[in-house]
Amino acid sequence: MTHQAAPAAGTGPAPGERQDTGRTVRRSPLLRLLARPEVGVFLGALAVLVFFLAVAPTVRQGGSMATVLYQSSTIGIMALPVALLMIGGEFDLSAGVAVITSALTASMLSYQLTLNVWTGVIVSLAVSLAIGAFNGWMLVRTGLPSFLVTLGTFLILQGVNLAVTKLVTGNVATDDISDMDGFDQAKALFASSFDIGGVQVKITVVWWLVFAALATWVLLRTKYGNWIFAVGGNKDSARAVGVPVTFTKVSLFMLVGFGAWFVGMHQLFSFNTVQSGEGVGNELIYIAAAVIGGCLLTGGYGSAIGPVFGAFMFGMVNQGIVYAGWNPDWFKAFLGVMLLGAVLINLWVRRTATRR
Amino acid sequence: MTTDNAAPHGAVLTDTPPGGERPLVELRGAGKSYGTVRALHGIDLAVHAGRVTCVLGDNGAGKSTLIKIISGLHQHTEGEFLVDGTPVRFTGPREALDRGIAAVYQDLATVPLMPVWRNFFLGSELTKGPWPFRRLDIARMKKTADEELRAMGIVLDDLEQPVGTLSGGQRQCVAIARAVHFGARVLILDEPTAALGVKQSGVVLKYIAAARDRGLGVIFITHNPHHAYMVGDHFSVLRLGTLELSAARSEVSLEELTNHMAGGAELAALKHELAQVRGVDVEELPDAPAPGSRPAPSEGDG
Repeated sequence: MTHQAAPAAGTGPAPGERQDTGRTVRRSPLLRLLARPEVGVFLGALAVLVFFLAVAPTVRQGGSMATVLYQSSTIGIMALPVALLMIGGEFDLSAGVAVITSALTASMLSYQLTLNVWTGVIVSLAVSLAIGAFNGWMLVRTGLPSFLVTLGTFLILQGVNLAVTKLVTGNVATDDISDMDGFDQAKALFASSFDIGGVQVKITVVWWLVFAALATWVLLRTKYGNWIFAVGGNKDSARAVGVPVTFTKVSLFMLVGFGAWFVGMHQLFSFNTVQSGEGVGNELIYIAAAVIGGCLLTGGYGSAIGPVFGAFMFGMVNQGIVYAGWNPDWFKAFLGVMLLGAVLINLWVRRTATRR
Repeated sequence: MTTDNAAPHGAVLTDTPPGGERPLVELRGAGKSYGTVRALHGIDLAVHAGRVTCVLGDNGAGKSTLIKIISGLHQHTEGEFLVDGTPVRFTGPREALDRGIAAVYQDLATVPLMPVWRNFFLGSELTKGPWPFRRLDIARMKKTADEELRAMGIVLDDLEQPVGTLSGGQRQCVAIARAVHFGARVLILDEPTAALGVKQSGVVLKYIAAARDRGLGVIFITHNPHHAYMVGDHFSVLRLGTLELSAARSEVSLEELTNHMAGGAELAALKHELAQVRGVDVEELPDAPAPGSRPAPSEGDG
């Protein structure tokens, strides 16, 4: 090491000078394409689709495909905010039962107080957002892992769902609200179908794709999207450069609350009544769809379009096994294999993407 | 926030502090206690525009606490903290940034999985369009990031590559270029050379000199006196939370600085103790660490 008597001459490095000795070689375009979070799951979804088109002739009919898409959309609408939250570095175990909480709130409030169903819908939105805000606030204030905080909320909601429903209705399900004021309007928004070339398609499929497009735009083209990647990728860095970490995390949990409200409303207006014990286990399906969709469980990496394909894989496998005439017991085993495969691909991608 | 607020007095450098000029940042008897633990006590420090103030100290000497106070992550519990001559008490890093104080941390300067240009503008993104459709101005951000990086001498083929794929020195430089671009008047560098090899360290030292010549006040935290002496104008050595030495470049030699860093008095005591142990030949030990030798056992670790 040499010593200089005076401070280093103040010329600074010459502009345009190369700092490396050819070590930042451009990665090949194919490798860079494969490193996109949604490419792996797109190929996976395509493979599953082709497979079932081949083995189960029923799948080739338009009506079957509409059912597959409907099944995918109910998972997919929730998988989107869950994926955004995951990119933001957290996850929400209460997402499954929060759907039911939202539907129960709207249903019981409207029926028991004989209000217009829209009152119930609005109040239930407020409740869902409040649950999300509570999760986020607890997380930020205590610094506990989101696993613990939302596990607590999950258990609380599961108990409250059952207990309050029994207390209010004397039954484990809510009363039928299909003859109440405003029901038809609300059904048109949340649970109607429309006709495409003789095939009945559920409106949730449209909402799913609209939300996915919106989420993709927000994630890649707005400040807020930048913040989501940053708080998930390195919270301390993000905070140090002035990203509002608390706001971002809390609002992401509230976004999950919004998703739970929307799916809850869909269930309520499709079936007119809600079973208070449902929803348990669905939170893991949403998380699995997000992970299969290329989102990193530890945060900072992922996309909104990936979970769309992830949810489609779920719907396709779920219905495809039925159409192929197999024992549906195989469904979960199939899912487990898909999940592990996706995790391994993610691991490889992250190593490739950050390799020096 | 798009123009740099480089102070008008540029490359004129003397070894004496600019007479009568108000320091950008000043600590007067500042300290910080965490409950009953006094991490920092009685610190005096002044940062002037266009000058590099080096803060040296062993691990646990209080360097991190000091920069956390200045960068707004923590609040001081005693003494005064002045920016432009007015006492301040920051509630967060954002407030410090708004006053032109930017910290570049060794470990948390960037988000590794995000592209270079997104990292460059993180927290201060450029946008266009009216509200519900307000979106990132990606073309402008990429162009600006590229220009600023080139101005600092870094040329990247692909601004879309994740920052994690850059070398440690390059990543530091991206963070420094970012701070300079966003109008930092005071740049706090937390051990920027600690994890780097000799050549990469040289690259970072060049950027410190470049930032200084743009009129920034630089606080350079390090435990390597050799790196400090290459660019520093003023040296403060911390030991166990207090100021052991505060001297201008003209008042201290590299040998003295190295000796202070290594803890001259403690070394003498250690030498005495070693003399009691059979088999250690203390006669061959130097009285003080020679220039060029390892200044402290902890050199190079983070």
